Amino acid sequence: MADKKTLAFALMDPPYENARSTTALRLIHIAAKRGYDINVFAYEGSVFLAFAKQKPHPNAMHGRNVEEENHVLTKDLVSSLMEETKRNGGRFDWVNCGLCVDERGAAEAVEGVRRGSPGDFLKMAEASDNTLVIGTRG
Amino acid sequence: MKALNIIETGYRATLEEQDDPGVWLSYTLKAAGGDVDVLLRGNAVNYAVKGQDSTGLQYGASRQTEPPRLADNIASLTSKGIVVFIVSEDLQERGLEGVPLVEGLTPVTRSGLARLFDHYHQVWHW
Repeated sequence: MADKKTLAFALMDPPYENARSTTALRLIHIAAKRGYDINVFAYEGSVFLAFAKQKPHPNAMHGRNVEEENHVLTKDLVSSLMEETKRNGGRFDWVNCGLCVDERGAAEAVEGVRRGSPGDFLKMAEASDNTLVIGTRG
Repeated sequence: MKALNIIETGYRATLEEQDDPGVWLSYTLKAAGGDVDVLLRGNAVNYAVKGQDSTGLQYGASRQTEPPRLADNIASLTSKGIVVFIVSEDLQERGLEGVPLVEGLTPVTRSGLARLFDHYHQVWHW
C-alpha cells in the first residue's frame, strides 16, 4: 500500500467515564480498516481499556439479562482492533504504561498488550508519521 | 524528532500522583533521550508559582508524606534542559503577573503559539 501510514496514539482516560475513550477507539478503528500500522501508548487510567478482568453485567433498567444486554467491554474492543488491523495488513502495538498499571493493580491485560514505559512511547512517536494525544481534561 | 508537550489541565491527579502526569512524562521522555519541550497554558500556568504548599493531607490515619511540589518539578524540567514556555495572557488573566515564578521560563503570547508550534515535528496536547 503506497500511502500506508504509521500512526501513534497516546491515551489517558479510563473506560466508562467519558466519550474520549470510545472516540479514541473509533479513530483507531479507521486506521485499522485502512491497514495502517498502529502504535498505542496507554497512559494513566487508559491502561484499564485492555484490562482482562472486565466482566459483562445485566441491566435491570433495560430489562435484560447478561446475555441480552451484551454489555460493551473495552478489552474486547481492543482485541477486535488488533484483529482488524492484522486482517488488513497492518501491525498493532499496544503498550500499557507499567507504572500506571502497578499503581492501579491493572496487570492483567488482554493478549497482545505489552508492558512498557514512556521510552516506548518515544520510540512509537519517532517511528510514526504523526501522533495524536488524547489527554484527560478536567 | 522534536516534540512539544502542552500541559493545560491544572492539578490533574496531582495529589495521588504527587506530581503532574504531563510534567512527569516530559521529564521521563527527556531522560530516555527525547527532545521534548513543554508549554504551560490555561490553569497549568499555576504550576510555575513559587511557594505552593500542599502538605498536611490526611485521610484517617493515612497521611501524605510526599505531597506534590509542582514548582520544584517545573524547575527540574528547566534544569534538565527542557525549555518551558508559559502563556503570558494566561498568567495575566489569573492575576499572576508579578507573582514569583520558577526561574528560567520562556514567556510566549497566544498570538505567538502558531509560530512556536512550527518549530516542532510533533505537538502533544495532554
